[in-house]
Amino acid sequence: MTKQIKLTVNGKLKTVDVDIRLSLLELLRDTFNLTSVKQGCGAGECGACTVILDDITVDSCVYLALWADGKSVRTAESLSEGEKLSVMQEVFVDEGAVQCGFCTPGILMSATLMKESGKEFTRDEIKRSLSGHLCRCTGYQKIVDAVDKGLKK
Amino acid sequence: MYDIDKYNEVHTLDEAKIYLKENPDAVIIAGGTDILIRLHKGKLSSAHLMGINRIEELKIIRKDESGDIHIGPLSTYTMLEESTVVPENIPCLSEAASFIGGPQIRNTATIGGNICNGAASADTAPVLMCLNVHLKIESAAGQRVIPISDFYIGPGKVVLKPGEILSDILIKEDDYKNYKGTFRKFAQREAMDISTLNCAVFVNVENNRFSDIRIAFGVAAPTPVRCSGAEKAALGLEVNRDNISFIGKAVLDDIKPRNSWRGSKAFRMQLAEVLTIRNLCRLTGLEE
Repeated sequence: MTKQIKLTVNGKLKTVDVDIRLSLLELLRDTFNLTSVKQGCGAGECGACTVILDDITVDSCVYLALWADGKSVRTAESLSEGEKLSVMQEVFVDEGAVQCGFCTPGILMSATLMKESGKEFTRDEIKRSLSGHLCRCTGYQKIVDAVDKGLKK
Repeated sequence: MYDIDKYNEVHTLDEAKIYLKENPDAVIIAGGTDILIRLHKGKLSSAHLMGINRIEELKIIRKDESGDIHIGPLSTYTMLEESTVVPENIPCLSEAASFIGGPQIRNTATIGGNICNGAASADTAPVLMCLNVHLKIESAAGQRVIPISDFYIGPGKVVLKPGEILSDILIKEDDYKNYKGTFRKFAQREAMDISTLNCAVFVNVENNRFSDIRIAFGVAAPTPVRCSGAEKAALGLEVNRDNISFIGKAVLDDIKPRNSWRGSKAFRMQLAEVLTIRNLCRLTGLEE
């Protein structure tokens, strides 16, 4: 069973027939080839599949593709302009916040939305805002350092 | 891909009731953070789903003229934290919502789902039990309003019959206005975790005595539970540290925790006493 949906993917309006069984994660990876969106746990625990949907972050693995009908989705592919990295991408590089990189695109989406909110975050608030992401390499300190720096930049 | 046979999206409550009448096998899906995970794990298969997350009328949180608060069942945890009505009037419900999952889950998971899936560990449930919340349940045939204490019938089981849908979560003014409430969750980590035990306590103190007290737990029995025995025993007691210790012991007669990999029965009994005492100390300003 398929259903036609219209959604904006990284700024471009798309019309696509989606299988009702598809997750948003599968639609983004398999149909739109946006492979920054990672499948980790598949159960909404690790945050590797985080994307920005309109003005919130969601775990795209526990979100049906057809629910994105009429909405705007942003993935890490939208962050840089050509070779020019976004502020958050830049600070992740500068602070050494990336090791294996699997969790990075998801965390960047949460960090990007935090930056766009224009709010100030204490270090504890940064940790709480990133609590929906698991990273098995960095021990988190450098990620928190990077986001802290990016928010102040 | 999820094992979904059929999916139908409804846009109004009336549409939902009609669809459920014609399709009694349909499973209601709201934020999806429970149903989709059950599908992922194979606990639910060949599902016929009715999607309700575009029903705008069920996403409203408001205080009516009489001071009663209505929480639309499709309100997300993020809305419970950020809407002005809940944090201003029932801060401890916002607090309980803020401990659930992580931000991405709180952005999609709904309070109605948290109640209707019947989980004994639901973090909002002990607070809702203390608030004597009433649930409005509708179907094509009519409607009924029942207290939350009658809603849970067993682990993962609630009184909703095929064709019925939760349409309003009602908190009467008398049940929140003169109370101070607090909530504590004990879990292995501070985020993205299911409670080993959770506890909400509401008190009304007059002339340094407990003129009313409400205590509820999650994961302390097959369903969320109120401690009516301990509440009765505590009524009218003077507010002091010895009496708080007494109440901490009294709750143990009201609960029946089990052994699970998250914690043993003995550990949960210990937690129930400690969390009760800590909550009461926090509410009364006494030292733990």
